[in-house]
Amino acid sequence: MTATAPLLSIEHLDVGYRTRDGVRPVVHDVSLDVQPGEVVALVGESGSGKTTTSSAVLGLLPEGGRALGGAIRLSGTDIAGWSDRRLESVRGARIGYIPQDPVSSLNPVRPIGVQLAETFRIHGRGDRRSIRGRVLELLERVGLDDPALRAKQYPHELSGGMRQRVLIANAVALSPELVIADEPTSALDVTVQRRILDLIDELRREHGTAVLLVTHDLGVAAERAERIVVMQHGRIVEQGATEAVLDAPGESYTRRLLADAPGLAEHAFRHPRPPLFLRDPGVAAAENPFVLEASGLVKEFSLGRRRPAFRAVDDVSFQVLRGTTHAIVGESGSGKTTTARIIARFAAPDAGAVSLGGADATALAGSAKREFRRRVQLVYQNPFASLDPRQTVAEIISEPLRNFGVGDRATRAATARRLIDRVALPADVAGRRPAELSGGQRQRVAIARALAPEPELVILDEAVSALDVTVQARILELLEQLQDELGLSYLFISHDLAVVARISHSVSVMRRGRIVEQGATEQVFRAPQHAYTRELLDAVPRRAAVAAVATPAPSAPAVPPAVPTGKALA
Amino acid sequence: MRRRLRGIRPGLVVAWTVIAVVIAWAIVPWLFTGQDPLAGVPAEKLQAPSGAHLFGTDAIGRDLFTRVVHGAVHSLSGAFVAVTVGLVGGTLLGVLAGSLGGAVDAVVMRLVDVLLAIPGLLLALSIIILLGFGTVNAAIAVGVGSVAAFARLSRSEVVRVRQADYVEAAFGSGARLHAVLFRHVLPNSLTAVVGLAALQFGTAILAISTLGFLGYGAPPPTPEWGLLIAEGRNYVATSWWLTVLPGLVVVAVVLSANRISHALGRTR
Amino acid sequence: MPYLARRTGQALIVLAIAFTATFVLLQALPGDAILIKFESPELGLSPEQIADIRASYGADVPAWQQFLHTISGFVVGDFGYSVQYGTPVHELIGTALPETLVLAGLGFVVAVVLAVALAFLSTLAPFGWLRQGLRALPGVFVSVPVFWLGIVLIQVFSFQLRLVPVIGADPVQGLILPVLTLAVPISAPLAQILARSIDEVQLSPFVAVVRAKGASPARVLWRDVARNATLPAITIAGVLIGELIGGAVVTETVFGRAGIGRLTEQAVANQDVAVLQAIVVLAALVFVVVNLAVDLVYPVLDPRLKRKAVAA
Repeated sequence: MTATAPLLSIEHLDVGYRTRDGVRPVVHDVSLDVQPGEVVALVGESGSGKTTTSSAVLGLLPEGGRALGGAIRLSGTDIAGWSDRRLESVRGARIGYIPQDPVSSLNPVRPIGVQLAETFRIHGRGDRRSIRGRVLELLERVGLDDPALRAKQYPHELSGGMRQRVLIANAVALSPELVIADEPTSALDVTVQRRILDLIDELRREHGTAVLLVTHDLGVAAERAERIVVMQHGRIVEQGATEAVLDAPGESYTRRLLADAPGLAEHAFRHPRPPLFLRDPGVAAAENPFVLEASGLVKEFSLGRRRPAFRAVDDVSFQVLRGTTHAIVGESGSGKTTTARIIARFAAPDAGAVSLGGADATALAGSAKREFRRRVQLVYQNPFASLDPRQTVAEIISEPLRNFGVGDRATRAATARRLIDRVALPADVAGRRPAELSGGQRQRVAIARALAPEPELVILDEAVSALDVTVQARILELLEQLQDELGLSYLFISHDLAVVARISHSVSVMRRGRIVEQGATEQVFRAPQHAYTRELLDAVPRRAAVAAVATPAPSAPAVPPAVPTGKALA
Repeated sequence: MRRRLRGIRPGLVVAWTVIAVVIAWAIVPWLFTGQDPLAGVPAEKLQAPSGAHLFGTDAIGRDLFTRVVHGAVHSLSGAFVAVTVGLVGGTLLGVLAGSLGGAVDAVVMRLVDVLLAIPGLLLALSIIILLGFGTVNAAIAVGVGSVAAFARLSRSEVVRVRQADYVEAAFGSGARLHAVLFRHVLPNSLTAVVGLAALQFGTAILAISTLGFLGYGAPPPTPEWGLLIAEGRNYVATSWWLTVLPGLVVVAVVLSANRISHALGRTR
Repeated sequence: MPYLARRTGQALIVLAIAFTATFVLLQALPGDAILIKFESPELGLSPEQIADIRASYGADVPAWQQFLHTISGFVVGDFGYSVQYGTPVHELIGTALPETLVLAGLGFVVAVVLAVALAFLSTLAPFGWLRQGLRALPGVFVSVPVFWLGIVLIQVFSFQLRLVPVIGADPVQGLILPVLTLAVPISAPLAQILARSIDEVQLSPFVAVVRAKGASPARVLWRDVARNATLPAITIAGVLIGELIGGAVVTETVFGRAGIGRLTEQAVANQDVAVLQAIVVLAALVFVVVNLAVDLVYPVLDPRLKRKAVAA
């Protein structure tokens, strides 16, 4: 593509892991180039081999892994066969590394400053005094206030975003030619993610550093990379300039990935149609339009004596229209999950009221609480934790029926079979256990269980957040379809604005326990009123070109103007 | 995963074989040896291991292999009693503490703290003083010593499982406390307890043989393994087999029990 | 510092319960040591004489009075009289303690050295088979009966190799085999915990980050892994002390050494309850103190706990 010699050139790389039954190859025939100063995104879902490829460049494959063939050229020199000792002179000095999870990526028992200084010491750069100066400079450069104090602090005393800044400082300390960033922002809130990606951008422009950005998020890749390499099942599916890949994807997998990535502009935000009766004002007026009304909810957590209680939820009010999806969106610590738990009666509010279908449901206990739970079901984020590993799928799905004494064994089994089919799982999963299912399949089982007691409201607490984008898209489609067919109402809790834009009719934006803005999703997303909503929306990664060209508000290509279902909320 | 696949096969097979053989010794010792474990042939005393006497003979001419085979029942039944005492008592306490919480939890855990604070052997000796000497009493004493470990593990497992999403989900789908406890909490928390029971089996064999060696277990001439080694001690200088061979049997059994417990602990 | 006060309070409660439990078990129940010693027919003592003896041991008063008497004695270090030897228990323990302290102290040091060496060698050693072998060693160590190990060591080193004399050994030579016997089984759980936590820490992302800076595996092991990996090992120090005491009983019996272990063994054989109770309560005291010390030292070694400990 360019005439200059590539900084990094991976040629026909094969990587495999030694197992009991011989070598299991995981990366096949991967070839890609990174030019000096260029940002190349390596995109793929879990298990695509993207991290294995980047680890192979550093020569830091997990135990048992090794490059089986091919070459890894750094400025023309093949380092694939180098010994650990030889590679040590390259790592840190010529190739920097930014890890995924800032929380566990710093040594918990050594101060920040000492850990940063180590990079210089390992490579014998400078004496004690000059190293200290460089460390403080670096900390300041990556945007940490009071570097002298930070240098003395331990990792646990810093927030996740601050720790990621330290790790970035660590990666660029010796001005390497290449930085490998392995999902550098996946564990961070969206607004923090934006600032961190901006920082990486700034630093690489300053030093002319090339970046190999490993990410599952096509949005991040589209926004930040000049070239995109798409991987699937250990092979490269497609690669090319970002524009070219996004505008004219050559492969069906890339097309599907693009279609399923909720954050990308092509997809825009979809607007599920509300059930017919809601559009008829006469019918709507005749009955209570709200399945759920929450008003003035407050939840405080004690932080110990002599300290003021922490208000996790502070005067939260919202309504869910029957047959629609209401989303609560916010970053970590915004109180959205606590709100969901109050609604599901797993936590009691300190103040406020919840009513279900017009009847008060705030202080239910005993059998009234069980009856309430028949009508309100919760789906959890992590399908690996929310299903009992010892039960079969059929047992899991029919458990609510068993608890509520619905039907006999045979009819319950029949219901389970029907629900398995309903969530589009093959019939033979009935006898299997969760461990034999994939993440997406498990989440389908969890949804089927939630549907079993025929609830009116299903609370989805980050229910698609742990899934790969293509799996996530299928689950979202399933949820929409079920809603249309069964007239279900959803309370959809998420940190992901793109997903919220796609699935919800109305939305509440939460921050530090309070709702800062709410209304019809389209209205809130197209014309955000609150500064925080705007910040959140701006932080959603999207194509650089689109973001630059489009109107200041996030672009939403022409969707037929949806019925303002959320008007009553606004 | 990889390590499990590699580790499980050959070692585990050997371990199960050892345990199976020893269990067979305990149940049908006469299939393995035709000789009398108690009556000796004085003329054949202190003979080194040979084809006729696999493990040699002791000071009064008894066949050592026969004595070891017949001793299996004492060690195994002792270990069985000990593990049962610990398993039942400890798990009951731990599950109660973990599922009821509050004051019950506090009282039980203080009690467990006390049991942990007293070294195992001293605790066992204190109980033996109370109950008197003998195989069963020694086994009970060893079992009481393991109550604390079982209680702690089962409590922490119950507490861990209780916090799992699927337990909350069960409440969310209308289950009552007892249903959740029996359907979800107990089955999922007891796997680790079974692993510990296997581990304690080995530990109990060691502890019982120690008590036997000190003379608090079965009285002579019972061929209990610890006692066998104690009796052979006087001939250390001349007849090595009297101590070494029964000891190796103990080591093999304990190693195998530990190996199996590792396997049980890993698979769920 | 309320944290310290609370932990000390808990420790005292544990001790109090331990004392009460042993008292109930050993003193208030039948199986009276005095009867065993003095009632045998060949002594020919009259019931009155026995009653006098009982009174002299304080055994003639109601149990609750004995309890108060005994516990107030324990608090000031008076553990009553040994029925067997007729001397104050604290004197018996006072004479036996130094021997055991030397044995247990050396045993502990050797165990720690052995465990650390095993754990780190099994990570660093060349050749996979060697590492595997070293990995398996602690598992073998825990499966070996202490008394048998002692006997086998005597057999090998004294009778076969004649390296350590059986008779007429000087105090230092006399300690070698007992210390080894005591140390090997105790090093095993320590080595297992160390090796396991080294494995765990090696897999944590921060190690990958340090490696990606260009640090060699050895540097990472010493500077980053070692400190993190030793933290969990410290928490089982209390348990190891208990093992050490149990091990001393067996080791001293096998090697015929005087000490607390021997005293314990004799006390059980003769149903000398006062001695056994004193030893049990002292052992619990040592355990509680060691654990308290671990709890207080831990936040110093792990900065993550510093604030919590102070705040709690």
